[in-house]
Amino acid sequence: MALDSKVPQGPIADKWTDYKNHIDLVNPANKRNIDVIVVGTGLAGGSAAATLAELGYNVKAFAYQDSPRRAHSIAAQGGINAAKNYQGDGDSTYRLFYDTVKGGDYRAREANVYRLAEVSANIIDQCVAQGVPFARDYGGLLDNRSFGGVLVSRTFYAKGQTGQQLLLGAYSAMNRQIGRGKIKMYNRHEMMDVVLVDGKARGIITRNLVTGEVERHSAHAVVIASGGYGNVFFLSTNAMGSNVSASWKIHKKGAYFANPCYTQIHPTCIPVSGDHQSKLTLMSESLRNDGRIWVPAKLEDAQAIREGKKKPTDLSEADRDYYLERRYPAFGNLVPRDVASRAAKERCDAGFGVNKTGEAVYLDFAAAFVRYGTEQALIHGDHNPSAEKIDKLGKEVVKAKYGNLFQMYEKIEDENPYETPMKIYPAVHYTMGGTWVDYNLMTTIPGCYCIGEANFSDHGANRLGASALMQGLADGYFVLPYTIGDYLSDDIRTGAIPTDSPEFEEAEKSVKDQINFFVNNNGTKSVDHFHKRLGKIMWNKVGMARNKQGLTEAMAEIKALREEFWKDVKVPGKGDTYNEELAKAGRVADFLELGELFAKDALVREESCGGHFREESAETEGPQKGEAKRDDVNFAFVSAWEYKGEPADAVLHKEELEFNDIELKTRSYK
Amino acid sequence: MSGFLSSSIGRKVAMALSAFFLMFFLIMHIAINLTSLFSEDLFNQLSHFMGTNPLVQFALQPVLILGVVFHFVMGFVLEAKNKSARNIKYVKNNGAANSTWVSRNMIYSGLAILAFIVLHFVDFWFPEINHKYIAHLPTDPNRYFGELVHKFHSPVRTGAYVAAFAFLALHLLHGFKSAFQSSGMSAKRAVKLETASKIYAIGIPVGFIIIALFHHFNQH
Amino acid sequence: MDMNLKLKIWRQNGANDEGKMVDYSLSKVSPDMSFLEMLDVLNEQIINEGGEPIAFDHDCREGICGMCSLYINGEAHGPDRGITTCQLHMRKFKDGDTIYIEPFRAKAFPVIKDLVVDRTAFDRIQHQGGFISVNTSGNTQDANSLPISKHAADEAMDAATCIGCGACVATCKNSSAMLFVGAKVSQYALLPQGQVEAADRVRNMVAQMDAEGFGNCTNTGACEVECPKGISLDNIARMNREFFKANI
Repeated sequence: MALDSKVPQGPIADKWTDYKNHIDLVNPANKRNIDVIVVGTGLAGGSAAATLAELGYNVKAFAYQDSPRRAHSIAAQGGINAAKNYQGDGDSTYRLFYDTVKGGDYRAREANVYRLAEVSANIIDQCVAQGVPFARDYGGLLDNRSFGGVLVSRTFYAKGQTGQQLLLGAYSAMNRQIGRGKIKMYNRHEMMDVVLVDGKARGIITRNLVTGEVERHSAHAVVIASGGYGNVFFLSTNAMGSNVSASWKIHKKGAYFANPCYTQIHPTCIPVSGDHQSKLTLMSESLRNDGRIWVPAKLEDAQAIREGKKKPTDLSEADRDYYLERRYPAFGNLVPRDVASRAAKERCDAGFGVNKTGEAVYLDFAAAFVRYGTEQALIHGDHNPSAEKIDKLGKEVVKAKYGNLFQMYEKIEDENPYETPMKIYPAVHYTMGGTWVDYNLMTTIPGCYCIGEANFSDHGANRLGASALMQGLADGYFVLPYTIGDYLSDDIRTGAIPTDSPEFEEAEKSVKDQINFFVNNNGTKSVDHFHKRLGKIMWNKVGMARNKQGLTEAMAEIKALREEFWKDVKVPGKGDTYNEELAKAGRVADFLELGELFAKDALVREESCGGHFREESAETEGPQKGEAKRDDVNFAFVSAWEYKGEPADAVLHKEELEFNDIELKTRSYK
Repeated sequence: MSGFLSSSIGRKVAMALSAFFLMFFLIMHIAINLTSLFSEDLFNQLSHFMGTNPLVQFALQPVLILGVVFHFVMGFVLEAKNKSARNIKYVKNNGAANSTWVSRNMIYSGLAILAFIVLHFVDFWFPEINHKYIAHLPTDPNRYFGELVHKFHSPVRTGAYVAAFAFLALHLLHGFKSAFQSSGMSAKRAVKLETASKIYAIGIPVGFIIIALFHHFNQH
Repeated sequence: MDMNLKLKIWRQNGANDEGKMVDYSLSKVSPDMSFLEMLDVLNEQIINEGGEPIAFDHDCREGICGMCSLYINGEAHGPDRGITTCQLHMRKFKDGDTIYIEPFRAKAFPVIKDLVVDRTAFDRIQHQGGFISVNTSGNTQDANSLPISKHAADEAMDAATCIGCGACVATCKNSSAMLFVGAKVSQYALLPQGQVEAADRVRNMVAQMDAEGFGNCTNTGACEVECPKGISLDNIARMNREFFKANI
């Protein structure tokens, strides 16, 4: 099947308006007869479910958590971008569009990104109307902060909890519709498969995670909003339950999977402490505004620190290597996430890591204490302050700005970051890749939509900070409700979709067969055992830096691991009760397939772009030596993979990317 | 207003309002009793006024009794309801980690006070009612002080009163500020409330204890 | 450095099972582990011995989703302050300690399995008014056309930091949900957007709270101490005022 992105004709600024003016609509009386399934209730799914129900559709929403409010959108800290230009600093729809395409290293679809920038301002209006308590200044107007990779202040925030507050906004909109009976909410339900009738998505099979019951649910359209797949690495900043299964099930039924190898590795996370580690914790990117990143300049110092013979504060300035400031004098510690992460890995691989595992670098606030302390002393009229006073005043300022993060760090690491530098290391954070969708956010399965982090469309090969929340809400509140109407306008006479058709029968049977297989397999190793091994392969060979040999090996290793998994996995308990191990087994089975496709995608993309760094594709000379080298001639396309059984056999379809409104340039942060 | 008293918050506000009323009564009660420490005449005059004024006798007294009964009945009802809100108890519960003993045991300090009120009624109120309305004994405006002193002759009774006042202090230590919180007072005044609470909750019972001990040791 | 622990954990095979405390011992526990990672290790051990792992709720493991619960040694989210169970680390315990682990207990939070409880009562309370009735349109007024004082916005934010974990209910000797409901009512009561529906909101949410079988508040303040997000008791006072206002 040839890929048709269905991008409307006309100038980029008019596309969305023209599109909305010409689509088919469903009249309110007919909406009552149409059912829509939404899988996932984070920012994208929650906002879509609420809006579709407001419009009059009958919505069934599904979440594996015990409440929609717990979806992992909640963990976003920093903020949400919107081209409001409240600060009068020259922001505009075009500029947000430009920054997003550039930040994504020119691997996103222009028309989608422009539409995202266009509706971004509406998101803020909508959220304020819902009662989201954004930060405000003393005049009572909304406050903004700035984020990495851009030149304006366009990020709206609610303390360090923007994700939770926006999700609670969407959740409250859902609550209103649940109360009215327009949304039927299925908590603790996991989507096990999608059901296609006459080639269209017409329902899903779910498993009730409490009772173990396998259920059939029909609808006229299915929306997948199940988030990203970073947990393929086992260790990531994702929630423990975050999984690829919903996306993978639709992939196996015909939805193409796009750019699986585009992964964002966030530079400021708390390092791994040991084999027992289950999860990594992110520290907001905002810390890099005031923290300086360094490792010891001498190998013997690094060694001594690892062995506990020296402390970081023992090292003089001359013995420290502020490698980001050294390599990128223009942006320094504020280079984009992918650049900062790779630089940390490079130093640690060279033996300069500073914790037991050798995988950590310092994030040091000592200079910020001095800078802020001196400023405060002056403000207080002290022109000759003592070093102690400067230190005390400086720490107070830093505490006011980042106190909660410092406290979180201290709880986890048991070290006082006011006295000794923080240790940080990059961790998997976000996946830009996902299900391929057209301009309508429809996958290659008719009637099956994919929104939010689960789709691939807006962030290219690297996402800018504070843009994930923007995309999730844009898709759910302002894009999908229009585009899905255009599709559903053909279904006003269809009537309710029966669930007793052979298609449902068959889908349910295969789900039950898999459940029975797992609980009767009697293997010897737990699900986590396999998940951890998969994570190790992914991190070592498909992680921050990738090469042909490693990727080829990874594909073979993952395939072998998958075969071992199916032979030897042990799932205790039964299928018809609460069984967390069983739920995990299904998810890991899908990760084991995705992982291989992920490696294959990275292998095929022989360029470096955004979060994807191929060691073979780096600048070999000039001032950019060692930096990522993009190849626009050969790789300015979206890789959309068609499922053909084994992941290794997946067929590549290319959507060529055209850049008419933005000139392709090399990203430079030197 | 209809559902107000059947709602959890309505009941808690009602509990607080009855508490305010009872706390106000305690102030009046102690103010009159304190006079017995220095002026037999003043005490007799005030007691006679309270005992014979029709407004006090037939308006305030029933309201007071109603208030007491309401506070107790509602207290028991809420306690039963609250107990049933946790049908399976914790095997290990460390209440002391997050709350004061007095706040967790209002029902026990309350029961102790109830026992005391029974004793107090037997001691003073029933004889009073008997004197005035049943036996119709002759009016004597100067009998009150003597009766008071006589009652505190017994060390057992005095001891019981002192113990009861200690329980009253425990009850008030939480009850005073709790009533304000229930009636919606902002936490912005929390520090001042804490001080007022301590003064009241310790001051009133200590006052009563002093009165009891004073008369016990100053038998004429 | 590594610790050996005795664990007493509530096991209950489904809602209808009676349930009981079961003893486990676990060795080589690293003080750097989180409490839930310690349970992961225990579960791995149980699975390898052919048993069924202990069910417990958890998801984000960074203290924000509110999914994790557990009553540890008699306290909701364990002995540390200002954190959820997933942020509790084993260094808070000593070698040889006995640790009691129980589910959050309340009639309104029935046990689903082992340490997993059903907290959907909180959702149902919010269905009754935990929202502002505004449709998604893209035509709502410009966000800055409604200035809100920084003070009110900050206070609303403080109330809104509630993660809905239920520690307040679990801790309260009366299993009262008033800190949770108070926080929700407060967030909207403090903002001008919430005024239009204020009276109905507090009436309906309190009615649902009562119908769910939560107990009444007796102002012990335990909820405020155990709340991982430090939600203030003041929110309950504000709800009381709002409720009073709505009913006179």
